[in-house]
Amino acid sequence: MTTLTARDKATVKEFWSKIGDYAEDIGRDALSRMIVVYPQTKTYFSHWSDLSPGSAPIKKHGMTVMNGVADAVTKIDDLTAGLLNLSELHAFTLRIDPANFKIAAHNILVVMAMMFPVDFTPEVHVAMDKFLAAVARALAEKYR
Amino acid sequence: MVEWSDKERGIINSLFSTLDYEDIGSKTLSRCLIVYPWTQRYFANFGPLYSAEAITTNPNIAAHGVKILHGLDRAVKNMDNIKTAYTELSVLHSDKLKVDPDNFTLLSDCLTIVIAAKMGSAFTPETQATFQKFLAVVVSALGKQYH
Repeated sequence: MTTLTARDKATVKEFWSKIGDYAEDIGRDALSRMIVVYPQTKTYFSHWSDLSPGSAPIKKHGMTVMNGVADAVTKIDDLTAGLLNLSELHAFTLRIDPANFKIAAHNILVVMAMMFPVDFTPEVHVAMDKFLAAVARALAEKYR
Repeated sequence: MVEWSDKERGIINSLFSTLDYEDIGSKTLSRCLIVYPWTQRYFANFGPLYSAEAITTNPNIAAHGVKILHGLDRAVKNMDNIKTAYTELSVLHSDKLKVDPDNFTLLSDCLTIVIAAKMGSAFTPETQATFQKFLAVVVSALGKQYH
């Protein structure tokens, strides 16, 4: 929708420096929530033995996703170039419908609000929302 | 008609019976105006909105946020017929207020996040699912009379 301003990038980096260590918890909770609140997302995980909240596959995959987000923070000045490989992975191998990026982002924001109610101010919220949308756009780059 | 399990009804009634309308209402609307600034178009006469701080401390916005939140009470009391219960409000939003119905989803996303921040771990995945289902039904009902 819009590009990230210098202020957005600074806000994202600052917030991430506070919460980055909790990436595993954030990923696990966000993914668990997504599967419960948006059951259609289960269709991508039919190969997992256990889809209950906080299960081992969810915990592992939550970490994978959040590692991707952490990486994106370091590449915030050029997400399209920086996330090229991940975009190809999502486009050609995983083939996840890009609408789900928005759903995943929403749940990440919900968990951030729950875990960091004081730090997740409206200003941080808008910067993170824009950032996750920019990451989603970069991930969808190679789709067609 | 939307089906509600006893558990879902319990979750919604419990959530709203313990809701701090003053706190949650004001925070939700101000957050919406900050995170989705184009929504400010509907509040040109409400006083200063030029910064996040101005929005957060604007008493007119705070009061209006509380009013909007109380607008959900009607749905809580009429869970089996939310569509009909919101007929007048839908006409109001369409004909008089002229609010783009896409904005209802933006506001309900902010409400979800404000409530999540307040409840912390008590906002379980199941509670979130029920609450979002409830809000989606209200959002749909509010958009029904647009023509």
